[in-house]
Amino acid sequence: MSTLEIKDLHVSIDTEQGTKEILKGVSLTIKTGQTHAIMGPNGSGKSTLASTIAGHPRYKVTSGTITLDGEDVLAMTVDQRARAGLFLAMQYPVEVPGVSMTNFLRTAKTAIDGEAPKLRTWTKDVKAAMAQLRIDADFAERNVNEGFSGGEKKRVEILQLELFKPKFAILDETDSGLDVDALKVVSEGVNRAHEAGNMGTLLITHYTRILRYIKPDFVHVFVDGQVVEEGGPELADRLEDEGYDRYATGAGAATIAAAAQA
Amino acid sequence: MTEITTEKARIGAPSAQPFINGFTEEGESLSPINANASKAPLAGEAVKRHSHGGGVGIPDSSRAGRLTSYNLADFKPLTGLEEDWRFTPLKRLRGLHSEVLAGAAPTVTVSGPDQVTVETVARGDKRIGSAGIPEDRVSANAWENFSEATVLTIPAEFEADTEVTVVIEGTSTEAAAQHLVIVAEKFSKAVVILNHQGSAVVSENIEIVVEDGANLTVVSLQEWNDDAVHASSQQAKIGRDAKFKHVVVSLGGDLVRVTPSTRFTAPGGEAEMFGLYFADAGQHLEQRLFVDHAVANCTSNVLYKGALQGRNAHAVWVGDVLIRKEAEGTDSYEANRNLLLTDGARADSVPNLEIETGLIKGAGHASATGRLDDEHLFYLMARGIPEDVARRLVVRGFLHEIIQQIKVPALEERLTEAVERELAVTNN
Ligand SMILES: Nc1ncnc2c1ncn2[C@@H]1O[C@H](COP(=O)(O)OP(=O)(O)OP(=O)(O)O)[C@@H](O)[C@H]1O
Ligand SMILES: [Mg+2]
Repeated sequence: MSTLEIKDLHVSIDTEQGTKEILKGVSLTIKTGQTHAIMGPNGSGKSTLASTIAGHPRYKVTSGTITLDGEDVLAMTVDQRARAGLFLAMQYPVEVPGVSMTNFLRTAKTAIDGEAPKLRTWTKDVKAAMAQLRIDADFAERNVNEGFSGGEKKRVEILQLELFKPKFAILDETDSGLDVDALKVVSEGVNRAHEAGNMGTLLITHYTRILRYIKPDFVHVFVDGQVVEEGGPELADRLEDEGYDRYATGAGAATIAAAAQA
Repeated sequence: MTEITTEKARIGAPSAQPFINGFTEEGESLSPINANASKAPLAGEAVKRHSHGGGVGIPDSSRAGRLTSYNLADFKPLTGLEEDWRFTPLKRLRGLHSEVLAGAAPTVTVSGPDQVTVETVARGDKRIGSAGIPEDRVSANAWENFSEATVLTIPAEFEADTEVTVVIEGTSTEAAAQHLVIVAEKFSKAVVILNHQGSAVVSENIEIVVEDGANLTVVSLQEWNDDAVHASSQQAKIGRDAKFKHVVVSLGGDLVRVTPSTRFTAPGGEAEMFGLYFADAGQHLEQRLFVDHAVANCTSNVLYKGALQGRNAHAVWVGDVLIRKEAEGTDSYEANRNLLLTDGARADSVPNLEIETGLIKGAGHASATGRLDDEHLFYLMARGIPEDVARRLVVRGFLHEIIQQIKVPALEERLTEAVERELAVTNN
């Protein structure tokens, strides 16, 4: 049983206009076996939270903490975080020319496990996982994400999730750009990864559609760099009906909660 | 790759200079050892117009106007300001441009199928001058000073199933001259690997004749010791419907300057010219290539890729592609990409595309110099891959595009290992 704990996280980025604060005090605790959905409008800072957890150098933590079973995540390098068990499925997976998927997957698996996977079982595992996610076998020979469609890139992120078996998965809008069939395939992949019972998930999404396939235990509404409302799965249903409009950007969480009650 | 510099090509730069009044062919000073060269396509107009004693001083604004001559005296002493020498540190040429090249030439050892003949011939051999004419002073100096040449012949219609390997081993650093001729006779097929190794200060002329219908690959490997200085003019003459693949791999040496040229002499020719270089601290690796589309319906494809690391690592790539008026139906593309791995390294990249006819299939060029992309590294590291391994993965991938063009498995493997060794230097 592991715990990923985010406490009063403040994050800024440097822009041409100067420093801009994007996360304004975020606190969240995720445990193994749980699925937390983070929902919020465009630009509210969802990807910033995801990238900060993964350690992207663009995002500067000005205060607050992130710990994994008490270990200081912010003190770790990007690769150390991944080896500690954090996995970020990116909103816009990067194309890496010249590096084949096969080589990439094996290199990453070796780094995460600290030893090279047994070649025969590994090749079989990769093939099987690809087939389940309906990824063509010839993708293995292609360069990482190069020329993949948006939907193909998302499947390949989930392929890695299944192969690398992280403690915590952060899925940043894995649902966007997927048609219904692909959404099902991808959701099944996430659910399979969950079934083993050793993973916690932070599911970032703009829409409620994916929540029909992946059931969250908790829903956090994210507006302007803060969690403004929290609840169970029923909160997602309400967002589906009402949208984000009732959360006036910039208003404090307390006001919003009160307004929602009325 | 993040682009940081892209030099504009000179598309449609001023081309063939007008004939100079007062000069006729009588004034030429062609090599006495090969007077008939003036009729050869490779000598062509450039010889007719510009091989006059002392050079005529035509501005080098078109590749067609380049002075070519078998006589050293026709080339003025170098100052370093010449267009084709402006990137080369002359001081480090160790006399290749200024001394008599009297040192012992690197030894040549050839292995390969028995059918391929290897001869050592004197200067007067009729095959000398059949594909090349010096285009610069250092090449002319070698032409003036070489004492004997090696001639490799792949006989007509012979298809070699193993490579021909030519080991060119330097044993002294006294400035020397070297001469090689490779003839792929009609409808033959072969891969020739020139393996430059050891220590040498050498100016080399390599002439390559690809006869009608032949299919020849020449791979020139520069795996010299750190003190070597090497200038290599590699000139190929391509016959009707012939295929020529040229690969330059420069890894070792203090200063290596390879100037390959491909001249089409009959329609239907195809040329691919690839290059891979890895410049370390203090190394100067230069490549200047020329593709002369002098006849109709030929295709050329050029791709050079280089990685640079360390202080004063310097790579130069200049790609001259000339599509002459006669060359209708040409299809041509050239590109150069550089990856700067550290600060303090420098890559100069200049594509020159001159087009004298509108009736072509295509002509394009590209040049980019960039750094390792932080987003690529982030993606790999976010999967647990340590930074040094991630960097190597990306660089290896970048250079592999060239290695996989060679299509000789044993050589591909060897080069992959050589690149690994270069990469290991970064992380010490
Ligand atoms: N590199 C950057 N330069 C300038 N502004 C940035 C940069 N990265 C993020 N921002 C800004 O930070 C804010 C939060 O962006 P973020 O991508 O985290 O939002 P998001 O909630 O993921 O949005 P979306 O739903 O569109 O994915 C936005 O206002 C965005 O414009
Ligand atoms: Mg986002």
